[in-house]
Amino acid sequence: MADKKIRVLVAKPGLDGHDRGAKVVARALRDAGMEVIYTGLRQSPEQIVEAAIQEDVDVIGLSILSGAHTHLFPRVIELLKEKDAEDIIVIGGGVIPSEDIPEMKKLGIAKVFTPGTDTREIVDFIKSKINTKISA
Amino acid sequence: MFNKEKIKQVKEEKKKWEEGSLKKVLDRFPERKENFVTGSGVDVERVYTPEDIENFNYMEKLGYPGDYPYTRGVQPTMYRGRLWTMRQYAGFATAEETNKRYKYLLEQGQTGLSVAFDLPTQIGYDSDHSMAQGEVGKVGVAIDSLKDMEILFDGIPLDKISTSMTINAPAAILLAMYIAVAEKQGVSSDKLRGTIQNDILKEYIARGTYIFPPEPSMRLITNIFEFCSKNVPRWNTISISGYHIREAGATAIQEVAFTLADGMAYVKAAIDAGLDVDDFAPRLSFFFNAHNDLLEEVAKFRAARRLWARIMKEEFGAKKEKSLMLRFHTQTAGSTLTAQQPDNNIVRVTIQALAAVLGGTQSLHTNSRDEALALPTEDSVRIALRTQQIIAHESGVAETVDPLGGSYYIESLTDEIEKKALEYIEKIEKMGGAPRAIESGYMQQEIQESAYRYQKEVEENKRIVVGVNKYKIEEKPPRNLLKVDPEVGRLQERKIKEVKENRDGERVRTVLDTLNKAAQGNENLMPYIIDAVKAYATLGEICDVLRNVFGEFKESIIL
Repeated sequence: MADKKIRVLVAKPGLDGHDRGAKVVARALRDAGMEVIYTGLRQSPEQIVEAAIQEDVDVIGLSILSGAHTHLFPRVIELLKEKDAEDIIVIGGGVIPSEDIPEMKKLGIAKVFTPGTDTREIVDFIKSKINTKISA
Repeated sequence: MFNKEKIKQVKEEKKKWEEGSLKKVLDRFPERKENFVTGSGVDVERVYTPEDIENFNYMEKLGYPGDYPYTRGVQPTMYRGRLWTMRQYAGFATAEETNKRYKYLLEQGQTGLSVAFDLPTQIGYDSDHSMAQGEVGKVGVAIDSLKDMEILFDGIPLDKISTSMTINAPAAILLAMYIAVAEKQGVSSDKLRGTIQNDILKEYIARGTYIFPPEPSMRLITNIFEFCSKNVPRWNTISISGYHIREAGATAIQEVAFTLADGMAYVKAAIDAGLDVDDFAPRLSFFFNAHNDLLEEVAKFRAARRLWARIMKEEFGAKKEKSLMLRFHTQTAGSTLTAQQPDNNIVRVTIQALAAVLGGTQSLHTNSRDEALALPTEDSVRIALRTQQIIAHESGVAETVDPLGGSYYIESLTDEIEKKALEYIEKIEKMGGAPRAIESGYMQQEIQESAYRYQKEVEENKRIVVGVNKYKIEEKPPRNLLKVDPEVGRLQERKIKEVKENRDGERVRTVLDTLNKAAQGNENLMPYIIDAVKAYATLGEICDVLRNVFGEFKESIIL
């Protein structure tokens, strides 16, 4: 198990084209030894969930800066449940007002990272989550 | 500028100074860092002297404002004549809501409008399309048909105001709607003033709201150039944008280089389509970013003006003065705003706005302090506008033209940025021009490298961002953020239904069918698009016709 690399799907749901953050995070995760797949822009929740299952990832990282997270984050979680893939950890990032975060967490988003986050914080979070999952 | 004797003396004195006063101080107090660099990584010397601009030829490098090569500005009197246009980018929810915000901004002394459209509008989907779900009215106003556009400009006289529209892939359609609304107000198209962004190349590079592949996209753009030169002569037909390239992570040098390389591609495309350079070039405009590194930014704007003038004259043989002038809009840098201690952003925006004004911008948008958190509230937007007004009326920088011109540092940095940007441009030209360089992912890769390097520098504390990696405090979550009513989507859906019920369906079918045929040929599509919007065909319907003929662009993923 220790040898298996953590696999992450970095995805841009919705229509927004701001991919600087998604790409920086993707590279940071890769530099931290994870296998990273980046979907590119304008992915529907259906496409994202399908890619995640097909690529057998441990984590999905969703990036949204348009404000559509209130619609698109829950939709991804819903589809994962439908496909019995709830074990995939979902994290989010972007311009997400702090008052929306509790609701996102309740729905099943493991953590929301807002602007100014150190990428090492994201790496550590993913590693600790995966470790607790393995030991559980 | 200086004679040989004087320079020799300056050099000798420098040596004495270095061995004397400087050495004494350095022995006791070493400098803060080993190397000093600008925000974009250009080396910065301890002090600049005439030696750094030794072979400086004033008339060749600077000349007078309003004269070639326009380094000092595009008008002879600059802000002594008229201040820059204060133009806050705004739009959210419905046309009704946004119309209210525009009227508020105009009452507060804003002098031009700037329309932000929501993402479905920018990508050519009606609000009732499945891809539009959750996005309607979020980052801008939702426009589905001429009906929405009529509401958006209700009570705003289009012959009195200039309007900038951030619209790219469907720019022809929104321009057609604007012309149609003006006509209803009794304003003929030759009186309209404003700008459409219409810059598809940077959408492929950095912004992401493309629809069609490059070739038909370039056709739409040159169609607009041609149509406007005859019918909307005071309209800026394109705003060649470095803004988003910079936001995506590019350095100041890359911003200048990639933007001008894109500009060259549009000029070439229009010449290839049979247009005369002096017919369309006077209406080309630019859009740049203003970051925190104040002096580098000032030098950047000056270098861009000089470089573009030379390119237009030497490369494309433009003769009209207006064809050589790089006129630009500036927006302060969204990517520098922090979610932490958001009020600090007011100070960042002030520095950035000052850079734009010292750099000779024609119009300016200042960001609001809360934009790293959400769309700005009315209060925040007012402070942002007041920032410009304070610079204009209280700081004194608007009282003389190009106040920093002649500074040893500014001139040497202007030279350096020009030189390095030109190296990039030459490299891109060797690749076959901007469209080829984009296709191969070259520019995207360069930008990503810069973005990643920046992030690493912040994380390693090599670069200080106040409130983020230094001077942190415990903060309460921000309150009173602007929320877009989630009902907007349903509201727009209802409006589309109403429009479709009340229009002449037969006429819509005919205009769309005619557009379809025209798109398959080589004609200028603008008249057909104007007919379609006047018949209340929706934005999505018109884009669907074009999608069927042109196909859609697929991004190549580069990581």
